[in-house]
Amino acid sequence: MAEQSPPLSVLQEKDIRIVEFTSTRILDEANITEIGNTLNALIDEASNPKLLLDFGNVDHLSSAALGMLINANNRIKQRNGQLRLANIKPQIYEVFVITKLNRLFKIFPDRKEALASFDQ
Amino acid sequence: MNVVKPLKFTIASDLDAKRQVQERIMQEVARCGYDADDTFAIKLALEEALMNAMKHGNNLDRSKKVHVQAKISRRRAEITVEDEGPGFDRRSVPDPTTEENLCKCSGRGILLIEAYMNKVIWSKHGRRVKMIKLKR
Repeated sequence: MAEQSPPLSVLQEKDIRIVEFTSTRILDEANITEIGNTLNALIDEASNPKLLLDFGNVDHLSSAALGMLINANNRIKQRNGQLRLANIKPQIYEVFVITKLNRLFKIFPDRKEALASFDQ
Repeated sequence: MNVVKPLKFTIASDLDAKRQVQERIMQEVARCGYDADDTFAIKLALEEALMNAMKHGNNLDRSKKVHVQAKISRRRAEITVEDEGPGFDRRSVPDPTTEENLCKCSGRGILLIEAYMNKVIWSKHGRRVKMIKLKR
């Protein structure tokens, strides 16, 4: 059986963790649980975690994926951290608008603007 | 008259079975030439309806079935999903977009189904949902 690539790739820029979704779809329950666990581990390893989620590859996501993102956001807030979302395609951004989660999350057009938005 | 033969499935509350049904229905959607936005909408609504049926309806009990019927034509997609759970009252589901519910991790599936499909009908005490998408 072919090995599946991990659903996230993680880069570090100064004290910011840049997390890129490698899969085009964040739909599957098992996949979402794995992503959530990885994000939780990244959040818990810093005292004031700074996380940038890059959605550039994502074509589909479900309400379960939104729940996982909200959970990450709540966890980051508890640890006085900061979360930014970037590179969201228009179809996916519409899901954020319909659910009004564009008000909850700090969303930026690209990675550069998102990186510049973090408080020092 | 062009009569569309419905696709019918009865599956266990199992994620692999769910995936197979989704793939078959989405193949039909592609064959009927729906555009990217319609395809996105149908795929999302189908995912949410199946997940609701398996998780919230059947409580992921594999002995309980999910019944799916899809009539996909070149003019409209009509998909019905029915579970074997206790049902629910659509009116009792809180609005997930209000300030007090915005940070809650669940409760957005129904909102997305109703936002992305043209017509959504709940029946059998919430155990059955019929979703209709008119092709652009």
